[in-house]
Amino acid sequence: MTRSPHRTRRTAGVGAVAAVLALSACSTSGSEPSPDSTGDGLTGTVTVFAAASLKESFTTLGERFEKEHPGTEVTFNFGGSDGLAAGIDSGAPADVFAAASAKTMKLVTDEGLTAGSPSTFVRNRLEIATVPGNPHAIDSLDDLTASGLKVVLCDETVPCGAAARTALTAGGVELEPVSYEQDVKSALTKVRLKEADAALVYRTDVRAAGDKVEGVEFPESAEAVNDYPIARLENAPNPSAAKAFVALVKSAEGQKVLGEAGFLKP
Amino acid sequence: MTTGREAPRKARPRAPGRGVPLALLAPALLGLAFLLVPLLALLLRAPWRDLPEQLTSPEVWEALRLSLLCATTATALSLVVGVPLAWLLARTDFPGRGLVRALVTLPLVLPPVVGGVALLLALGRNGVVGQWLDAWFGITLPFTTTGVVLAETFVAMPFLVISVEGTLRAADPRYEEAATTLGASRFTAFRRVTLPLIAPGIAAGAVLAWARALGEFGATITFAGNFPGRTQTMPLAVYLALQNDPAAAIALSLVLLAVSIAVLAGLRDRWMRTA
Repeated sequence: MTRSPHRTRRTAGVGAVAAVLALSACSTSGSEPSPDSTGDGLTGTVTVFAAASLKESFTTLGERFEKEHPGTEVTFNFGGSDGLAAGIDSGAPADVFAAASAKTMKLVTDEGLTAGSPSTFVRNRLEIATVPGNPHAIDSLDDLTASGLKVVLCDETVPCGAAARTALTAGGVELEPVSYEQDVKSALTKVRLKEADAALVYRTDVRAAGDKVEGVEFPESAEAVNDYPIARLENAPNPSAAKAFVALVKSAEGQKVLGEAGFLKP
Repeated sequence: MTTGREAPRKARPRAPGRGVPLALLAPALLGLAFLLVPLLALLLRAPWRDLPEQLTSPEVWEALRLSLLCATTATALSLVVGVPLAWLLARTDFPGRGLVRALVTLPLVLPPVVGGVALLLALGRNGVVGQWLDAWFGITLPFTTTGVVLAETFVAMPFLVISVEGTLRAADPRYEEAATTLGASRFTAFRRVTLPLIAPGIAAGAVLAWARALGEFGATITFAGNFPGRTQTMPLAVYLALQNDPAAAIALSLVLLAVSIAVLAGLRDRWMRTA
């Protein structure tokens, strides 16, 4: 029973290794000879494995990093935290890992592959996403149980569904959704298309959807907060640049970018 | 689509080994291995010991029942409107027929998820047609079993139409013409002459459509969502089980594989040999 997932992960890992090797092979040769004008000795490529939900904010931070440290280049591998952790465990040459949950980071720390212990740099919590204008006047989790209201949740096999289950249990709310969606983006899409009246999704997803949905905060979400840990990796090909990137993410500047995307301070 | 007409060819004597050029044999065997190895892997890695436990859960049977029900209803629906559509394409001439034919085959090449989004935009609560269904009759289709049937019909019907149209084109139209000259109306000729003539093609098309409907995932989860007992068909159950319980996913896949093989084998013996 435990063999098959292991196998799948290995295969994914090999793919990731190949991809990263190919990427670093192209970029290092181009960026290494450039002068290091800031004098901090940072040069070359930093490879960052990060959870998909960090895509927008980390891309912005990567551009800033390259500007602040000329001669460096930040390469990202965004994806599901599970798959990224599996890639690192099977030897992908990454410098930094930022995961969407403590559980997935643990997969890497258990193998002793992080340099030092990971630290939480942001948190994400659930919000109720409603159609614009909130026509059903949804103010709380309890309001979601109103008859005739179509609510979608993430399936409990994916993190947002597990968080939703925790929050609903904490609030003692018995909710029958019309659908358990396969990921958070599909749940959000059903509300964006007005097929569902509400969904439980992450705050950052509500923010990213702009005026297509309206977010409603609810107190029970405090019971189901996701911590995002970040760590330098033990076998980082570029340890000094990795350290500098982690520092930027945790700096006031980094926290500002992440805060604008809807992430909460740790 | 050509399964019906291939059957008699099987009877022809073959000389295995001798006379088969290596340049053809090698890629042929590679192709065969490529198709069979994944299925073998499924059998090799199957959690045989836990299988009874995995398969006796009510969720599995609920998903299987729903899958069979929806795929069969979708096939019936495809037959009712698909056979006349195939007849229209094969036996009549109207401006833009080539374009219509191309549009009918579009769902064959369209990614099913795109089909699901298109269905939402057309038949969703807020969709082009769906908003009137909701306003006039109070009918909403997403998140319902009817929604599953419609999503499956959308992706499966083109298989039937193409198959039946091909058979119609191959069938000699003079039988129908003879019937009409003898006084039968065009509809009677269709019903009494054409339909029996093309029955094997219809059967082959129906099997293809049924198999496609049974395996349908993308359009279903996009249009109808996922709720156990209502819209969670076997492929959806397999996909979601894969996220945290691969053993359960393999067990579910085996059931689906067994059902597909049983039905295809059964129908092949019954209908297609007579082609």
